Order: sequence, then C-alpha cells, then structure tokens
Amino acid sequence: MKKINRRSFLKGGVAGTAAVATTGLSSKASAAGDFGGYPDSMGVLVDLTKCVGCRTCEAACNKEQGLPAPDLPFDDFSVFDMKGHGGQKRRTSEKEYTLVNRYDIPGRDKPIFRKFQCNHCQEPACLTSCFVNAYTKTKEGAVIYDESVCVGCRTCMVACPFYVPTYTYSSAINPVVKKCIMCYDTRLKFGRPPACVEACPQEVMTFGKRKDLINLGREKIKRNPGKYIDHIYGEKEVGGTSWMYMSDVSFDQVGFDTHLGNQPIISYVKDFLAMVPMVLTIWPALFTGFHLLSNRKKANEEKENSKS
Amino acid sequence: MIRKKKKILGMAVVMSLATSFPLFAQMSAEDAPETIEIGSIAEMYEPVVFDHAAHVLMVESCSFCHHHTTGTAPEKENCAKCHQEGDEASSVACVDCHEVKPFSSANLKAKGSDPLLYHVGRPGLKGAYHQNCIGCHEQVGAPTGCQDCHARNDKGDQLFHSGKYAPEPGKTGGHH
Repeated sequence: MKKINRRSFLKGGVAGTAAVATTGLSSKASAAGDFGGYPDSMGVLVDLTKCVGCRTCEAACNKEQGLPAPDLPFDDFSVFDMKGHGGQKRRTSEKEYTLVNRYDIPGRDKPIFRKFQCNHCQEPACLTSCFVNAYTKTKEGAVIYDESVCVGCRTCMVACPFYVPTYTYSSAINPVVKKCIMCYDTRLKFGRPPACVEACPQEVMTFGKRKDLINLGREKIKRNPGKYIDHIYGEKEVGGTSWMYMSDVSFDQVGFDTHLGNQPIISYVKDFLAMVPMVLTIWPALFTGFHLLSNRKKANEEKENSKS
Repeated sequence: MIRKKKKILGMAVVMSLATSFPLFAQMSAEDAPETIEIGSIAEMYEPVVFDHAAHVLMVESCSFCHHHTTGTAPEKENCAKCHQEGDEASSVACVDCHEVKPFSSANLKAKGSDPLLYHVGRPGLKGAYHQNCIGCHEQVGAPTGCQDCHARNDKGDQLFHSGKYAPEPGKTGGHH
C-alpha cells in the first residue's frame, strides 16, 4: 500500500514537472522571439574609409553632453599612440562617451580610423541584464538609462558585448554607469542626429532610418566594387545595432569583434532564465515531498521496529 | 580692363557661394575667379581662401571637382543619370546640390520620405568640401591637417580645449 502511494506520487510529480517545463519553455520562446527593433527607428551608418582622425566628434560630444574637460586637448593626436591595460586601444570612459582610434594596417597606404561609442543594439544586453530596469530602448533607436535608479551593480558593463558602459569611479558617494545616449535628450527625440554626426567635417556618418541605411550601405558596396568589404557590421551582429559600419579592411583588423554571432545576447540566457521560476516554484514542493516520504518510511520502520 | 572687370564680378558672385552662377552648358576655367573665399559655413574656423587658379592647373578638367556641372564628361555618373539634362547640371556652385544645413529636422524629414537612396547619402556642403579636398590632397601628398587650410578661431579653440583653453599640463586625472 505504501509502495503504490509513493510510486504514484513520484509519477505525478515527474509528469507535472515535465508539463510545466515544456509549456514554460515554449511560451517563453515565442514571447522572446525576435523583437528585431522598432520599425522606424533611426540609425547611423559609419563609413570608416572616410574618417581622417581629426577628433572633432570627440570634442562635439564633450560639449553636447557637458562632460568634464579632457586630459589633453582634442587636437592632440598623441592619444592615438596611447595604450591602456594589456596594450588595448583607448576605451570610452566617464569623461568620454566616444573616441577615435587609429589602426595601422600593413599594406594599406594610410592608417584607418575607427570611431567608438555605444552601438545602441536592437535588443540591448545592458537593458536585459539590468535588474532595476534602468535602461530603455526608445522608438527612435537610442538606448538610454535612468541614472537615478542605477544601483551601481555594473552588470551591464559585463553584459555589453562591446564593453561600452563605463563607471564613474571618480565618485565616491554615488557612482553610476555612464554611456553614449545618442544625444537622445537634446537632439534625437527632436529628429536631429547626435552631435558627433553633425560635427564631423568629412560626414563620415550618415543619419537616417536604420532600414534605409542598410539599403544605402548595400548599394554603396555594389556600386563601388572592390572598395568595401562586403559586410555591414551591425546589420546582424547581436541581433542588429542602430550604429553600423562599413570598411575597406576586414573588421577584426579595426578592433571589431567578429565572433559575436547574430543572436541577441539575451537569447543565450533566456532558456536558463525560463527554468528559474520553475525551479523556484516546483522544486521546493517536490523535494519537501521526497523528504516527507522518506522520513515517513523511516518513521514507520522505526514504529514497526519498536512494536516488534 | 574687361578681363579684370569680369574677374571682380565673378569673385563677388562666388564669394557668397550661396548664389548660383548663371552659366551656359560649356564654360572654361578662365571664366572662374582666381581665388574664392569659402566662408559661408565657417563657424569654428576662419574662411578658406581657395586658390582656384592654382588648382585649375593641377587637374585635367573642371569636372574633376565640379562632378557633372561644367559641360565636361561627368565624374560622378550616378548624379548625371537623372540630372544631366536638368538645372542641376548647369549650375557650378557646390551649394546648389549640397545643403548648408543637411542635419536640420526639416531637411532630415524630407530626406526620410525620399524614396531615392542617393539623396539620403548625399553629403552636405561641409562634407562635400572636405571629402573632395582631403580625398585629393591625400592622394597627391598635399597638406591634410585641419589648420593647414583654415586657422581655428576662438570658438573652435574652446570646443577643442586647445590654445588658451588647453587643460593644465600634468593635471591629468580620472580613470583610464
């Protein structure tokens, strides 16, 4: 009698768990699907072949965002030879949301420059990783954040595939995360491009609807055979980004990570995350049941032993 | 005397650069002024005094810079496909096709609803000047530094935190 009860209990438990697991997974998969971004969101197409490394974009960003004075003037080109930790090129910091790095490519008659800032992903890893929901992807395409709710956990800095968000290490009292917001507050929401785009003397960056920019990029590649690498970086990477790039040298030579894949970062963890509620709700009941059953068996055995 | 008069007239017209130059389909370099002051968009730099006569000697035809507007064979065929017969092809001023304010909300809105992709990618006046000048200067080894062509003014120094606005040397802080 005891045995039958236990077996049926286990059977029911396993079937129930499996049912929850499958329904849970399938509903999650369809819900996460592919967001693919807002249909009319804006973007920027950066033509690296045009950049001359004048750093005007950096100066314009500094002014627009009211950032602290730089350590060196923006017309000081010695910064291109600066090396950070582990010989890395310059990275964004709390004092500079965008910067330009120089790459000397063997066989290319002149160096190539690459502008670096937040790429404003279609499905941002920073946003999905933030447990206080500080981040928002606006319909215009910008990934903005609410500094006032940031608790400074820096998970977004770890989650970002491009290592963009930076931290106000200089603030002892209220350190928060800082990054490029595509000039959302002052420009983008009024239909204007970020300050760096407008300041660029070479018009390296084209501002427009993201879907138009992809078509424009493809057209440029087609019309100038041999000029560009046949790839628009950011069209598909990590689910697509609002900022996209064209180059005449392979992207890994100018500091782009070409091994990120086309899945949004969230898709690598959503299966696991779907398991979490199931584990939290089913497992306590299940294992409490196991515990009670095994204890009951033991208690009964003890009772029988004491009887005999 | 007549030639001199013509030169002065030409300079006066092109100086502003916002005025289109009434032209016949074919014109020659002699019709153009010797120097042109490019200053209509000068903001952080002094206007550029462009030695047109010196540059005329360096290139084979006017269309090398004025892509398709001077009656010579077009350098940029994509524009010419639609515009060769139109007013655009008979205009010589850069500003007639390349906007002074390409990033104004109104202009971007108009471009956004423009089904013709090339209009989205067409540079504004500032971009057109720099791409045309620097593109060639790089190839022939001519100067390419910002201040090789135009001196920066006080407003520019302020933006670049340079000159009298330069950060104090040695006072570097922050995290890198």
